[in-house]
Amino acid sequence: MCTYIVEKTPLMGAAKGPQGWVSIDTANVYFDHPFHAPLDHSLNIDFINERDGLSQRIAVELSADSAMRLVESILSALKQGEAAHS
Amino acid sequence: MSYYRGMTTQVVAITGHKGDKGEAYFAKPEGDGPFGAVVLIHHMPGWDDWIMEAARKFAHQGLMCIAPNLYFREPGSPDDQAAKARADGGVSDDQVVGDVEGALAYVRARKDSNGKVGVMGFCSGGRHAFICAARIPSMNAIVDCWGGSVIVEDPAQLTPKRPVNPIDYAKDIQCPILGIFGNDDKNPDLAQVDKTEAVLKSLGKTYSFHRYDGAGHGFFGSERPAYRVEQALDGWKKTYAFFHQHLG
Repeated sequence: MCTYIVEKTPLMGAAKGPQGWVSIDTANVYFDHPFHAPLDHSLNIDFINERDGLSQRIAVELSADSAMRLVESILSALKQGEAAHS
Repeated sequence: MSYYRGMTTQVVAITGHKGDKGEAYFAKPEGDGPFGAVVLIHHMPGWDDWIMEAARKFAHQGLMCIAPNLYFREPGSPDDQAAKARADGGVSDDQVVGDVEGALAYVRARKDSNGKVGVMGFCSGGRHAFICAARIPSMNAIVDCWGGSVIVEDPAQLTPKRPVNPIDYAKDIQCPILGIFGNDDKNPDLAQVDKTEAVLKSLGKTYSFHRYDGAGHGFFGSERPAYRVEQALDGWKKTYAFFHQHLG
């Protein structure tokens, strides 16, 4: 289905795209038809800097399963990192 | 009609909602015409390869087809434009109607037009097609392919961009309607398709709904896992016959 659901998350960091490194301040997250991935629906994330607009975005389209694994990996890495650096 | 006729395609300028200058992919069969035409409305991911391919399929069948880029106001490539449109919660229904009117005006102004124009859309484009068929009285036919949210159950889902429950427009549709749906779809699901059909029936509209077992959402899309070859071929066959009947 086509949905209008978008989760906007404030970020602080940087991402690297074809033009090199850019500062990012927002992630737009949605689950909908992808533009490119060979999936019916995908978890899509656009990492952007609001000042630069969407044409400078770093985009990913992930299957639902792989998105869940990524979430678990992020949480696991954060947990291990906090323990190692505390 | 000779089969597998040639065609020409090009990106053309259209005048969209509020006079905004936009663009559309246009496919025309070889020959002088006159031809009927289809305005083809893309889904949320925007003006992509699939919509160009679908436009060319109509030209092979002897119909002109114009597919407006509903996100032309945004900068960047079509996928970037779609990302911006999605981040903004989609485009407004009023704007879509204005842009479709612009596409319709482009084809009707051509010397090789027979004056008859239909509208077809996939997914959110199916919903848009439903609305356009009601709000553009000169439309001659509509094909709704699994348009989601044609029936809005929760009024809280209505927004400034989408302020009207599309089913409330049904009374204004004066042209014949073809609906194509997969029985495994979740939006629209079986109950919603049944409700839409019941409304059209009660209003005395001319419609034909086709429901396909073993198919879900977006089953025409040959580049996606949801593609169902048998159902898609039959759906296209019904679509061509419908448009030839009403746009010929």
